Amino acid sequence: TAEEAYNFFTLNFELEPQDGTEKKSKKREKQKKTTEKDSDEEGGGVVEDEAAPLVRDEEEALFVIEQSSRDFLEVKKAEYVGYRKRIQQESELLFTPSFRTVPTTIKLPENMKPRYLEDEGLYVGERPPISLTNENILENRILKMEEVILTHMPHKIMVLPDPIKESSTRPPLFHMEEDLDPALHTVYRKSKYANLYIAGAADPEGDYQLDVDVSGLIFSHHPLFSREHVLGARLAQLYDQYLTRQHNNLTGHLTDKVNFIHGGESLTQAMQRRISEYSLEVRNTRQLRDSEQEKDRTLLKHIVKVWKELKALRDFQKFTNTPYKLSLRRENVDRTSDERDYEDEILAEVVELEAEIEEDYQKKFAEYKKQLQEWKLCRRKQKTKKKKRKKKKKGQAQDETEEEDEDQDPPEKPDFDSIEQRVREKASRIRRKPGESILIPELSASGNITASELCPRPETARREDVTRRSLFVKILYNDKEVSRTDSRSLNTDFRVHFGQIFNLKIINCPQSINLQVFEEIGSSCYLLAQVFVPVPEPSVVADRVSLEEFEFSSNQRVMFDHEGVGSDVPLSFEADGSNKQTLLTSGKLSCRVYWGSGEDDVALAPPVSQQHGGIHSGLSRLDAVTFIGASGLYDMKKIGEWATQSRLDPNDPKNASIMQLLKVATSGEVTAPEYFRLEQLQEEFNFVTDEELERSKRFRLLALRYQEVAEFRNYKCVPSLEREVTDKVFQEYEKRLKEGEIVDTKEHLDSHRALVAKYLQKIRESVINRFLLAKHHYILSDLVVEEEIPSIGILGLNLFKLAEPKRPLKPQRKARKKVTAQNLSDGDIKLLINIIRAFDIPIRRPQSNKPGQSSQSAIQGSDWLLSQVQVRPFVEVSFQRTVLQTTTADGPNPCWNEELQLPFSAPNGDYSAAVLQSVKDEVFINIFDEVVYETGDQDRAKSIHTRVEKHWLGSVKIPFSTIYSQSRIDGTFKVHTPAVLLGYSKERSYGTNGAYDTLRSLSEGAFITLFITIEPQLVPGESVREKFDSQEEERLLQASERFEREAAQVYPNRPCITTVIDLNGKTVFITRYIRPLNPPQELLDASPDNPQETTALVARFVALIPSLPDRVSFSGVCDLWSTCDQFLTLLAGDEEEHAVLLCNYFLSMGKKAWLIIGTAIPEGPTAYVLTLEQSRYLIWNPSSAQYYGQYDTFCPLQTIGCLVNADNVWFNIQEYTSPMTVSFDTTKANLWKPFFSRSFSHPGLSSVQVTSGQASEHCVIIEKILKEKIMEWRPRHPTRWNRYCTTTLKQFLPKLELSGGQDMAEGHRHELQSLLGDNNISGFPLHMPFSEIRPIIEAVYSTGVHNVQASNVEFALAVYVHPYPNNVLSVWVYLASLVRT
Amino acid sequence: AVMATSNPSVFLLSVNGQIEGANFPEYDNLYCKYCFVYGHDWAPTSGLEEGITQITCKGSESSHKLIWNFPLETTFKSTNPSGWPQLVVSVYGPDVFGNDVVRGYGATHIPFTPGQHTRTIPMFVPEPTWRLQKFTSWLLGRRPEYTDPKVVAQGEGREVTRVRSQGFVTVSFHIITKDIKKLGYDTGPSSLANTPSATSGWSTGEQPYNME
Repeated sequence: TAEEAYNFFTLNFELEPQDGTEKKSKKREKQKKTTEKDSDEEGGGVVEDEAAPLVRDEEEALFVIEQSSRDFLEVKKAEYVGYRKRIQQESELLFTPSFRTVPTTIKLPENMKPRYLEDEGLYVGERPPISLTNENILENRILKMEEVILTHMPHKIMVLPDPIKESSTRPPLFHMEEDLDPALHTVYRKSKYANLYIAGAADPEGDYQLDVDVSGLIFSHHPLFSREHVLGARLAQLYDQYLTRQHNNLTGHLTDKVNFIHGGESLTQAMQRRISEYSLEVRNTRQLRDSEQEKDRTLLKHIVKVWKELKALRDFQKFTNTPYKLSLRRENVDRTSDERDYEDEILAEVVELEAEIEEDYQKKFAEYKKQLQEWKLCRRKQKTKKKKRKKKKKGQAQDETEEEDEDQDPPEKPDFDSIEQRVREKASRIRRKPGESILIPELSASGNITASELCPRPETARREDVTRRSLFVKILYNDKEVSRTDSRSLNTDFRVHFGQIFNLKIINCPQSINLQVFEEIGSSCYLLAQVFVPVPEPSVVADRVSLEEFEFSSNQRVMFDHEGVGSDVPLSFEADGSNKQTLLTSGKLSCRVYWGSGEDDVALAPPVSQQHGGIHSGLSRLDAVTFIGASGLYDMKKIGEWATQSRLDPNDPKNASIMQLLKVATSGEVTAPEYFRLEQLQEEFNFVTDEELERSKRFRLLALRYQEVAEFRNYKCVPSLEREVTDKVFQEYEKRLKEGEIVDTKEHLDSHRALVAKYLQKIRESVINRFLLAKHHYILSDLVVEEEIPSIGILGLNLFKLAEPKRPLKPQRKARKKVTAQNLSDGDIKLLINIIRAFDIPIRRPQSNKPGQSSQSAIQGSDWLLSQVQVRPFVEVSFQRTVLQTTTADGPNPCWNEELQLPFSAPNGDYSAAVLQSVKDEVFINIFDEVVYETGDQDRAKSIHTRVEKHWLGSVKIPFSTIYSQSRIDGTFKVHTPAVLLGYSKERSYGTNGAYDTLRSLSEGAFITLFITIEPQLVPGESVREKFDSQEEERLLQASERFEREAAQVYPNRPCITTVIDLNGKTVFITRYIRPLNPPQELLDASPDNPQETTALVARFVALIPSLPDRVSFSGVCDLWSTCDQFLTLLAGDEEEHAVLLCNYFLSMGKKAWLIIGTAIPEGPTAYVLTLEQSRYLIWNPSSAQYYGQYDTFCPLQTIGCLVNADNVWFNIQEYTSPMTVSFDTTKANLWKPFFSRSFSHPGLSSVQVTSGQASEHCVIIEKILKEKIMEWRPRHPTRWNRYCTTTLKQFLPKLELSGGQDMAEGHRHELQSLLGDNNISGFPLHMPFSEIRPIIEAVYSTGVHNVQASNVEFALAVYVHPYPNNVLSVWVYLASLVRT
Repeated sequence: AVMATSNPSVFLLSVNGQIEGANFPEYDNLYCKYCFVYGHDWAPTSGLEEGITQITCKGSESSHKLIWNFPLETTFKSTNPSGWPQLVVSVYGPDVFGNDVVRGYGATHIPFTPGQHTRTIPMFVPEPTWRLQKFTSWLLGRRPEYTDPKVVAQGEGREVTRVRSQGFVTVSFHIITKDIKKLGYDTGPSSLANTPSATSGWSTGEQPYNME
């Protein structure tokens, strides 16, 4: 029971804590065994009640001291809600109805007794069955709910039957089919395909049969025709024409008609009335007859002419090919009767004409009379009026009228004499002369053909070719091939006889019957022509239709080297080659199509209602082709008929073209519009008129955004109303457009450079447009991420990985996850720059010979310190105007090992790959020397003021685009130190570490080791996948593609280039770029005796041409190679152009030179130049004019992919790629894989290279701009310029240029020092090639000279521009700060 | 509160509704991710732009239907009907080996007319390129997926993919628009054009009412 359970639980519950305490005390016992008074405590615990409180207190106090911190912690059990408690809690929320019967007393209110209706004799009915437990549960639940309300409740709750019947009221449907009501039977009918089937075609009795009889074909022209054949065919054609004309006898017919009408005139009186009609008819008929007669005569003339030509040709070629023979039969006529007839006819005609003209005259005269009368009437009226009004002026008025009268002449009388003359002339032209015999041509094919053996060689070749050919005809019914004839060989007379009849059992409605003529040569066959045959009327059966000839032709171009004249080839029969004609393959196919006849000669055609019943079925009514057949489409009448019959809806746009056609047809003007409109209804669909579109600023904004114009590419929320679009939106864009046209002279100094800049801009735009287009071509990997198929190697590697140690001793780098650039925002990208160490930093030179040394002891003291310290360098990194610096280190070989994080923000917040690649920002890594001066007041000895100055020592700059495309840059870089660093010496401390120094012996200058990357790693943009067109041979292109692919497969990290894209966007083979080119003569003349110096000068010249990475200018799309000529005109290019130019100059100087395609630091994939000088290989960096030995440690070239010279391309297949480990012997096939080999020799590719200087002004401009800038950067301090120093510096610069920046610091420094004795000078010259002003400003800014904050500072700035040939400029900027001491 | 001026410059589109469920006869334990794709001129003003539903397994008795009943409630403002928002749904679930793989992508435009709409979105997944890949992707549980589910809302570049159709997702929308007509766009049914609409305020398909 519950109570037992309660007891049970409570007992247990009380027991447990006791257990717990016991255990606890035991534990405590253990813990405190070490303490002395543990027994006391035990005792204390037992006699707790009796113990005196004082003692207890004392003990407590004692224990407090010894208690450890642990004792303050409360040790508690994990919180646990006991089962009972939970039950209790739950019982407050939950209610479980019991299933015991509710006692009736509870159910009823007090003092009431249950009422039993049954007992009272009332009918209660049967209770639906319900289980007692469920009933009880329900009652209990209701009671619980209604506790408060306590309504009257029957002693038993009421029960309703389940409304859902167990069995369905509907009779079950699983009857057998026979039992089903016949009305409900389903009937199977085959589905019909869009009414194309003929009803009942599926029935066996309703088979329709269409017979196609292909009889044969005759070529009227065939490519294999000889010239004679051409003439023969023409003759035959003319003769055919003659025969048909003869057969129709139109001339005779019309003559008869004329005569009849003449005779008819006198016959019936009734017709006399309509004499004018007749005469008109006679006239028309005569005209018709005359033209026919003329045609007859010209035809006859033509036949004779062609026959003469044919005979002449036969005589000339001395053999005959065609059996044609023309004989003219002369039919003599009776001269006198003939003459009489002739004269009669002429007379009749003359009479007729006279009558006609007379009639005409009469008509005109009558008209004239009528007019005259009217006029007279009119005049009379006027007269009477005038008489009334102005009687006095009567005479005058009469004069007037008489004058008017004279104006209107009566019509001229016709000249009848000339008529006869004219008629005779005409007759002699179109009719045979009287008495001349009638000529009847007869063409027979009975002539002999010269046997092949007697023919010359080309003719036999032609005949052989003819015998090789055979033809067959395919029969297409409703565009499906149903049958084809046997292949028959071509006869020598170019006739093919098939004589085959095909019986087509058809089910589909006939729509088109198409016969395709195929020609077979050997095993190949091709379609010659197609002939569409109209579907016959249903009544047409075999005996009602004769063979019809359908003309066909083909515009295929065929040419032969034998006698065959070919097709679509101009051909002349004249001796002088004039009057050329072009003949196309053509011929006639004779065939007939009719409906097959059944047993009782009934046409097996589908009933008329069926076929033309198409009119009723919506589909074929609209289909004109079905209705009138393909050939009918050319017949306007038929179309018109069809259109009226089918009652086309003229408003249906589908019918627009037909309605247009009909309109033209009915109006009789078949004048096709002179223009062709591709989208004829476009105008109607235009949203607004074009003018409105132009005017609206909103539409313009939308259109520009759609075109992905840079400024608007990601423009959000174009305003919905016109007035909300401000003009400000377009300002920037319009400014840019304008700038494209207006040349900014301030930026570009001279017009030539401005033009070049403009040209580059144009190329850039066109390439970008192409790129934008290509960007919209997707490949699968752009859209779908898919696992690569694991190769066996990868599977094996994965298995191997399972066995490898969890924490290996030499962990390998794991590739970082690459991030696609699209979903980045500002602040997501950081540039990590790890500055590791530097070597050979210039050290301070103790200023020993300084005058006034003794005057100030403080400086002396610091000098002493300086000489101890040598140098205290730190590195400052600036990028996008964020500047971070490292700590200061000591000594010329400092080690920082610091990581700097610079934030990167893309222009316009657009992080797409294309934009990132075109970011032009550069990372400047500057090395400074921290100099501490003490400038304390002498009086107060305690406080020492120090001034920290930083002196620029050198810099490395790395473009962001390089970091982006390389994803990481790791290596040691040469620091660009100024040629002269005042107060510093570049002398190296030798002898400290011998082994180390030998490695560096070849290189000079300071070096810094860096590691740069972008976090997170960005996926570099892909180059365009567009295939550029090319003028190279297909074979060469394929070979180069194969070469590059194979190279990439085996050595994926070695760049291999065989083809490049020139400025026109065409693919060009790389060797075409290499060709010896003469360097400018001035360079060669500079030092004619010293070849080494000349070489250096040439390299320097090339390096002075400004560098402009393609990747920046063309947004990473592709690498464009310009030729040296273009390069020199543009005066901008990247490493490839520099390298090609340098290589070409070296070649012309008689050196052995190659182009190296490889990767270098920091450029990435680049091109260098390799030269062989006195059995030593030198590697030239074309953009810096530096050269390195093959075994130079600090050579920036890291990988050598391939070597290129004018003859060949060699791909590096050696184990290693760095220059030190590579052998440059290209003859060794196991080291270098040549592109052109014995199997694929050099096809003799010609070169694309074409064999082919105002500076002081610039100095002034640059100097002015720089001075302004420096003042601008020092907004809080006055900037004073030391003129004396400036002029001194200006004299130095030309010397520096002459010496090529060689170290001449010593003398220079002395000179300066003596000049400006009591000044503390720090400064240096900067040197760079000239392209634009902006880079110069940036370079000056990055040195930080303007940051000197001493109050008495003065500046000196000198600019020198040295011109080189081809407008190459070398710019020197000498910047110095002077502090008066 | 009177919230609209007489000359509005933006219109509002309020989307309420829910991703009701899906019908994937072959799969179970699926969940659904959704996001909206819209043009440059659109901006969400309130509500969640993307979300993820709970995992649902099929009930034994209901006819193979997965029920998510995941509410959508987002309001957009826009100046231009071009780039009308689309709802992109993608369904994921475990395969035989328990790897989470994609079961379908689908997209539908938010209905234009105010009122209640139900859309059944047919779903599809990209197919592996090679048959061998099909097998390996099945084995490794790494099926091909779209680089971005939003691809299914754009037409560009789709021709390079091959997909297999797979199941349906049912979404119900209740659309309310505001000021769309004042800017000259008529999206409602033609009969609605005649009803005297309230001067300002939200209008549904059934009846216009004012929001005070």
